[in-house]
Amino acid sequence: MIYWVVGIAGVVGALLRYYIGLWVPASIMWGFPMGTLLVNYIGCFILSWFTIWSTTMKSCPSWIRVGIGTGLIGSFTTFSTFSVEVIKMFEEGLWLMSLVYIMLSLWGGLFLTWSGYTWAIYQQKRTVEE
Amino acid sequence: MIMNSLLVGLGGFLGAISRYTISQRLNKPIPGFPYGTLTVNLVGAFLLGWIAGGDLAEEGLLFFGVGFMGAFTTFSTLHLESIQLGKPGRWGKTFLYLGLTYTGGILIALLGYLLGTALFSG
Repeated sequence: MIYWVVGIAGVVGALLRYYIGLWVPASIMWGFPMGTLLVNYIGCFILSWFTIWSTTMKSCPSWIRVGIGTGLIGSFTTFSTFSVEVIKMFEEGLWLMSLVYIMLSLWGGLFLTWSGYTWAIYQQKRTVEE
Repeated sequence: MIMNSLLVGLGGFLGAISRYTISQRLNKPIPGFPYGTLTVNLVGAFLLGWIAGGDLAEEGLLFFGVGFMGAFTTFSTLHLESIQLGKPGRWGKTFLYLGLTYTGGILIALLGYLLGTALFSG
């Protein structure tokens, strides 16, 4: 049962990533893979926010937690595409662009994960105060 | 468009289930090391490099590349785990995990790409 949930959520995540990639082609920014970066940023923020939020929701069943966290957002974001985009830049001698892309992914990913976490904690405090 | 979506969706279905299965087996609960996520990201980077180096038709790229490898590997879980591995003032494990994944992933994708190019162009 849980495998079906993860699989179906994976379909949704992969399709959303595919459509965003079509909508934000790399050609609009001198070949910079903005689509992948955008998808990975959005995924980092939502996964971290959702992970905190769902643990405070006692009524949130574990299949929803795994389905959305591991299945949907896990499939939405991608590391393999990132790696291959980097080596394609190597091949074309775009060293500076590859360095910028690696640094933006690494530090931006950490920043958005931290932001999602902070946002969830902030919401929690507000709910408690009310 | 519908055919392309079917290929990406089917790849995503299988990729997500494969990642979940491997993560269940190999990930140690935090503060243990997420070996499962590390494995899928490195294996996925290698295989996508291989695919990118070869001369797969459009349909194959959509199914294996965008669908399967895209969903098999993950970026959000990697970053969430790397933050969970750290504590204020103690970020050693965080940067070990990120360093292994990023350096290993890029190098192994390059290896896959060179192998793919060598095998298909020769």
